[in-house]
Amino acid sequence: MKVSFKLNGQPKSVDVPADMPMLWVLRDVLDMKGTKYGCGVGQCGACSVHLGGQLRRSCQMRASTAEGADITTIEGLSPDGSHPLQKVWQELDVPQCGYCQAGQLMAAAALLKTKPKPTDADIDAAMERNICRCTTYTRIRDGIHRAAAMSNAD
Amino acid sequence: MQTSQLDRRAFLKVSAIAGGGIMLSAFVDFDGAPDANGVLLNNARADFTPNAFIRITPDGKVTIIAKNPEVGQGIKTMLPMIIADELDVPWSSVIVEQAMSDQAKYGQQFAGGSTATPQNWDPLRRAGAVGRQMMIAAAAQKWSVPAAEVTTDAGVALHKASGKRATYGELASIAATLTPPDAAKVPLKDPKDYKIIGKFTAGVDNKAIVTGKPLFGIDVMVPGMLHAVFEKCPVFGGKVVTANVDELAKEPGVKKAFIVAGGTNLSGLLSGVAIVADTWWAAQSARKKLKVTWDEGATAQQSTVSFAAKAKELMAAPPLKMLRNEGDVDAALARSAKTVDAVYEYPFISHATLEPQNSTAHFHDGRMEIWSPSQNPQPGRQLVATTLGIDASTIDIHMTRGGGGFGRRLSNDYMVEAAWIAREAGAPVKLLWSREDDLRHDFYRCAGHHHLKGGVDAKGNLTAWKDHFISYGTGEAFSSSAGMGPNDFPGGLVNDYNLSYSIIPSGIPTGPLRAPSSNALAFVMHSFIDELAVAGGVDPLAFRMQMLSSVGTGAKSTMDVERMRGVLQMVADKSGWGKAKLPKGRGMGIGFYFSHRGYFAEVVDVSVSKTGVVKVNQVWVAGDVGRQIINPSGAEQQVQGAVLDGISEALMQEITIEAGHTKESNFNEYKLLRISQATKVEVNWRITDNNPSGIGEPALPPVIPALCNAIFAATGKRVRSLPLSKHDLSWV
Repeated sequence: MKVSFKLNGQPKSVDVPADMPMLWVLRDVLDMKGTKYGCGVGQCGACSVHLGGQLRRSCQMRASTAEGADITTIEGLSPDGSHPLQKVWQELDVPQCGYCQAGQLMAAAALLKTKPKPTDADIDAAMERNICRCTTYTRIRDGIHRAAAMSNAD
Repeated sequence: MQTSQLDRRAFLKVSAIAGGGIMLSAFVDFDGAPDANGVLLNNARADFTPNAFIRITPDGKVTIIAKNPEVGQGIKTMLPMIIADELDVPWSSVIVEQAMSDQAKYGQQFAGGSTATPQNWDPLRRAGAVGRQMMIAAAAQKWSVPAAEVTTDAGVALHKASGKRATYGELASIAATLTPPDAAKVPLKDPKDYKIIGKFTAGVDNKAIVTGKPLFGIDVMVPGMLHAVFEKCPVFGGKVVTANVDELAKEPGVKKAFIVAGGTNLSGLLSGVAIVADTWWAAQSARKKLKVTWDEGATAQQSTVSFAAKAKELMAAPPLKMLRNEGDVDAALARSAKTVDAVYEYPFISHATLEPQNSTAHFHDGRMEIWSPSQNPQPGRQLVATTLGIDASTIDIHMTRGGGGFGRRLSNDYMVEAAWIAREAGAPVKLLWSREDDLRHDFYRCAGHHHLKGGVDAKGNLTAWKDHFISYGTGEAFSSSAGMGPNDFPGGLVNDYNLSYSIIPSGIPTGPLRAPSSNALAFVMHSFIDELAVAGGVDPLAFRMQMLSSVGTGAKSTMDVERMRGVLQMVADKSGWGKAKLPKGRGMGIGFYFSHRGYFAEVVDVSVSKTGVVKVNQVWVAGDVGRQIINPSGAEQQVQGAVLDGISEALMQEITIEAGHTKESNFNEYKLLRISQATKVEVNWRITDNNPSGIGEPALPPVIPALCNAIFAATGKRVRSLPLSKHDLSWV
């Protein structure tokens, strides 16, 4: 079926099976490789994107539900890697293998939108569904706090 | 081309670059390369192998080639730091470029065994220092001044008296014509003058990672590429008899579906059904309609339950073979004041790299071109050559970043599958395993069972240690990474000592997983040591100190007991061991382990609720990996990662075998640590005057027994099997 939506601010139109998850539309049809496949069942969060500003698992989102949607992926989190979280992630050296980080960043960005000064408990609640197999969780937590401090200082 | 001896195990080659500039390559002998099954051969010596590639071009660019695969261990950043510091160039001017897999050019290229640091620390510093000396010599020639009057600073050569200065870029072409100095005698920096080594340095791929650039194997795109899934028999070693491939070929998007006959080597190309489609989703969707008749083979009779029964039976029988026997262990047990008799067990566990196994292959113009996140591409090349019947020299392998490795990608099964399927499909093909494929076709950390007997004298000193180890394998041979050797801890530390083993016949594929064998043995040995300390009425720290002070009279332990005592004391001091009286439900536990040349001791502080819920409050780590922490950021990452990985394994990881196949299918059944369970891990370094060694692995093993011992201290419940999620840890 034909589906039209906005991806990182740009209009896109694809002709794909209705049940194709948006993860695969992004990766294989639109060649946007930032969003990652980890489990396909909504358990790991590697495929996290924003749908109208809300955090969503793109592996659990059928193409048919994307009509008219406004989707943001890691490639669109900022035009040039300048989102406070992206800056902090580099400075703090958060990634290890880096595979989960697109999902972590999208989840953290969604959190900061609703809670500009999150507590540790807020971070646990918001980031619990994103697996980091390298377990760089301490730096993910520190990174969110630091980005929050930066944004609030702006 | 000029060469210079680096030391007795290394030399350096200097060559000019066409179009201007200089190329330096260091050739280094080393040990510890992995074999085709990913098993590290600790004493194997390879030929001189080039390790460092530095290009300085007239435009002033300093390019350092990263020759090894990067899977998150930080090597792509850490090794170039060493070169750049001695070369005296600013880190910001360094470009790090990923090498192709090319044995002739780069020698051994693999990521495993925490070997990169010990192999490269000395040669890479010398390679950088030789480069700097050559820039000085080039400047001296250009300005007709004595070399002794030329200094360098941040990629610039300077002559103080005349005020002349030239960038390395300007000097590179002259330098390429000079004879390199004797690298064995080249002056190295005083560590206090390091500008890059020892400084927090962020990963060179960070920007690409946080902006979602295609870096990983799964991200590879080749024009005209198709996507494949490959269904293998769920039962290990099973074969396809029939499959409805003609029906599958008619499914939407499917270009081809075919049976792969495959062979019997579990780490090679196995029998299965390939489905090739225009998207991965189309291939995966068609797979739901797949109907296969399998010949499951003998492994279908095996299960976790049948293995446990067999282990019990073997424990009651005399061991198959002796591994180490010193003194008279039975007599020593008989005269001990107290003895402990215990059975310890640990399950199969999976690597579960977050990026599932994948490779892309394109057979074109008589060559096989492959893109793969392998940790060990060179045996992959051989495997592809042998399996496809093509010449290894016609195979080109691009090394991509790997989304985690942990030892899984030392095997190249996914690579040979992609190559075979791409040739059959007649198009470039990316093969991607689903998460379910990945969990069900791993080379698991092998399960194991130990029947231990130990004794203590009236003063609480260790008197005897007997271990009948029940492992898995065929005949007398252990499955991959499932063995023990005579020097494994605590061999050499107990005078009356006996280690023997028996084998459960198994068709379950196993292999190295982060700190192979140590990740299981540390749990067994240090939990049992705790039991003996309790039996002897001695503090667990003091008991271990005593053990490390009374080296056995037989063949000595391979571990330097003094270094281990050092980290043990340090972690005790840092954690305030024994200082606080903790209430019931809270406890501290300790453990240490020597692996991959690294000395690590760890203390865990745990709370266990009355209903048995475990909460790790904090972990203290003391590590000794020699005189220099090269990248404090990467080092802390590896240690914290290894410790939390160990906690994750201990808390909840288990692969269950049912009728010859893996029961767990995805992360809802095979659970991994989440952020709310990630506790504070304090990392302390004990700097000793020893050559630096690696840190990807050795911090993992001690945390598991330290956690279990803390649970005992908190609840009085001794954990003799993993994972903890299967235990009732409630207390009143």
